[in-house]
Amino acid sequence: MDDTRFLPRQALQTLLDALHRQGYRTLGPVVQDAVVQYLDIDSIDRLPSGWTDDQAPGRYRLSRVDSPRCFAWATGAQALKPHLFHAREVLWNTRRDDAGKLVFGEQEPDVRRLAVIGVRACDLAALELQDRHFLHAIKDPYYGAKRQGLFVVAVHCAYSADTCFCASTGDGPRATHGFDLALSELDDGYLVETGSDRGRAIATQLPLQSATSTQVHEAAAAITEAANRQFRQLPSTHLRDVLFDRLQHPRWEEVAARCLACGNCTSVCPTCFCHAEHDDAALGGSTSQHLREWDSCFSEGHAYLHGFNVRPDTHQRYRQWMTHKLGSWHDQYGRSGCVGCGRCITWCPVGIDITEEANAICTADVPQGESP
Amino acid sequence: MNPYLPREAEIVARTEESPNTFSLHLHLTDGAPYSFAPGQFNMLYLYGSGEVPISIVSGSAEDGVLVHTIRALGRITNGLAKLQVGDRIGLRGPYGRGWPMRAAEDHDLIVVTGGLGCAPAVSIIHHVLTHRERYGNLSILQGVKHTDDLIWREQYDTWASLPGVQVLLAADVAAPGWPGHVGLVTALFDQLSLRTDRTIAMLCGPEMMMRAAAHDLHERGLAADAIHLSMERNMQCAVGHCGHCQMGGHFVCRDGPVFAWPQVRELLGVRGF
Amino acid sequence: MGKPSIAVHKFSSCDGCQLAFLNAGEELLNLAELVDIKHFLEAGVADEYAHVDIAFVEGSISTTDELTRIQRVRACSRYVVTLGACATAGGLQALRNLDGSNTEWKHAIYAHPGFIHTLDQAEPVSAHIKVDFELWGCPVNGRQVLAAVQQLLFGVAPLEQRDKVCMECKRQHASCVMVTAGRPCLGPVTRTGCGALCPRFGRDCYACFGPAGNANTAALSRRLEGLGLTPADVARRFLFINNHAPSFNEAGKKHYRQGFSDD
Repeated sequence: MDDTRFLPRQALQTLLDALHRQGYRTLGPVVQDAVVQYLDIDSIDRLPSGWTDDQAPGRYRLSRVDSPRCFAWATGAQALKPHLFHAREVLWNTRRDDAGKLVFGEQEPDVRRLAVIGVRACDLAALELQDRHFLHAIKDPYYGAKRQGLFVVAVHCAYSADTCFCASTGDGPRATHGFDLALSELDDGYLVETGSDRGRAIATQLPLQSATSTQVHEAAAAITEAANRQFRQLPSTHLRDVLFDRLQHPRWEEVAARCLACGNCTSVCPTCFCHAEHDDAALGGSTSQHLREWDSCFSEGHAYLHGFNVRPDTHQRYRQWMTHKLGSWHDQYGRSGCVGCGRCITWCPVGIDITEEANAICTADVPQGESP
Repeated sequence: MNPYLPREAEIVARTEESPNTFSLHLHLTDGAPYSFAPGQFNMLYLYGSGEVPISIVSGSAEDGVLVHTIRALGRITNGLAKLQVGDRIGLRGPYGRGWPMRAAEDHDLIVVTGGLGCAPAVSIIHHVLTHRERYGNLSILQGVKHTDDLIWREQYDTWASLPGVQVLLAADVAAPGWPGHVGLVTALFDQLSLRTDRTIAMLCGPEMMMRAAAHDLHERGLAADAIHLSMERNMQCAVGHCGHCQMGGHFVCRDGPVFAWPQVRELLGVRGF
Repeated sequence: MGKPSIAVHKFSSCDGCQLAFLNAGEELLNLAELVDIKHFLEAGVADEYAHVDIAFVEGSISTTDELTRIQRVRACSRYVVTLGACATAGGLQALRNLDGSNTEWKHAIYAHPGFIHTLDQAEPVSAHIKVDFELWGCPVNGRQVLAAVQQLLFGVAPLEQRDKVCMECKRQHASCVMVTAGRPCLGPVTRTGCGALCPRFGRDCYACFGPAGNANTAALSRRLEGLGLTPADVARRFLFINNHAPSFNEAGKKHYRQGFSDD
């Protein structure tokens, strides 16, 4: 990469400063409540220097490593989703006057500019999918406003957790596009790539040095090593027909015996977009807010249709989730809805592994003699 | 433009269709233009409580009144049932793809409905009768569980008296004096004289009924893509964002609710989708 | 038309749910403007069998006297809404139902058991009369109560909160105490309504809002055992505030040994 430059470790603060001068609110990874999460940072001192994560099905632990690195962990509890598609937000409000007339008021979208530092390749792939969902057919003004003001500083992964499988979905560990700046972390600093005009404008304000070929090779080797470290994989990137041929597979019932239908997987999934809407009326009834909040295809209300539930059983909900995520996403958005971040595996309280389930279902022969 | 923001509508008339089914005649108070195609739906908003998708029953919006026929089955529809003339609600729409009325021109039409499936389909009938010269014969087949569930009985009589219109009714359970068929609506197909090369079928009702009807009509020679049906799912946003209405790769609210049969055949009537 | 009227009744309970009402503060004053409070002993208003639009009932039905009272409450109320775990699911006091030793307990606890006219079982209100809406929780969430009141004032059924605690926990961006710390959280089988209060403070959910739909207690029990809980510990998790709720009762009894011995 000919435009790759080097930023010494302590000079990373100049990136935050440059973003602040441009009016960005800056979020970066911070260790809080035993997880890495994107929080407001003004100083690079808040970055998780010397922390790494140990992830396994149903398990997440942070531990210290003897390293100055700030991005030696794989994935935090959430990707960018909570910052663009809020877990709960008001869409509009309404009031009723004494004559019974209704007045509707638009909730003004949040147009503050936001820069996020430390975005992973899988999270970027998910961002692109959420863009397609919320912006392409009919534009969601709330997601759109936040997206427009988003500045992405990606970090290529030099480490994979045991739950990562982005190499098998083709989405990582290197971030290839969709960022404004991308960093590769070395012990003494960062290689900096630019990916947009906005990124180049910020880069000119940084004390960048020439990168040596040794540095470039070391960074590339680390990304390859991160990919090689992954041992989970999906059977294929295109499972649509394979899954819909196996709607009667006994594995759906087997996984339902383990599945809690709790919605943790969909809540941490960076591409899941389902949300429920409801009203919150003030006591007295003179005003009301119409809100949306994250929903899940595992919830009681998701498939509820005047008096009956289209998916009463957990096996139907799990099947809906997987056939959508790995199957009908292809119909909707031209690719799988899974970016290989592994969060659904880590954050499942009982450790159900989507790669294991998909392999069990997809590699088996189509059961004979059954019709839907 | 905010796709989620309702407009205010006033209830200008209200009709009782059956003990738990009623129609709200709505007038948009902002005076801004509104047009829709048969088969589309609106989101109706009950103040302070929430929204519900309801199909438009009127033939057109030309007189400024939109009719919605509603069965009080859930939290919001039971609340709407208590409203009276003069009350205000929210309305946004129209949403979705309606019936293929243009493609159906110069064709015979078979409208097969079950239960309150007649509501999303009645706009077809209004449209055909308004533009009678554009369409061939119209067959209206309606099935209900019990004869007491049949709404618009006088309307069916009126339609049956029109030239080129055939009305066939069926009920699973019939009260004494029922003039129609006792049994499934699909059993009425024997009474149709199908011109298979120039007929389009439009179905709306329970999924198993539509599945059976589509297969039956197809076996009788109707092309698969000459059969259209209107699907129903949980809808909260109506613009393909909230995810509840998905049926395989389709967002029923946006890609439907009306589909050509081959589009949804794979999952039609499959439990859990 | 006058203001709608409400009553708040107490049965076998600790008064905590009524306190949740009283603790609504300013909103309670607003409520007093909107409705005519006919009966609410904690607030100093007494007219037990006045005809009301909405009767809130706190507490389980545990005595013969309560059985008579609840039927009279039903007869004079348009809507009956249960307030909290005791009224909705029988509450802690239903623990005495577990081994059918009501008489033994009575004699072991009370100096003059002859004055105690308990029923064989402490039961939820719905075991005896028709209930129009149920509010879970120990105690109930004041905001949830007021939202339900407002919907009823609108003439609309209150919105039932049916999601599991986990979903609200994730919406609140709390760290999962089970995945990050191995704590025996019951969030995955419990209905929300509390706002994921305990996990937000690093504590495992103890299911005070009762079982959610599709509660896979068997899978969670296996997980709890994997985290090191003994069968007796697992039984205690389920046989707690909502022990009489069917899915918790069944899950707890699978691990329960009489007397809770740990062998």
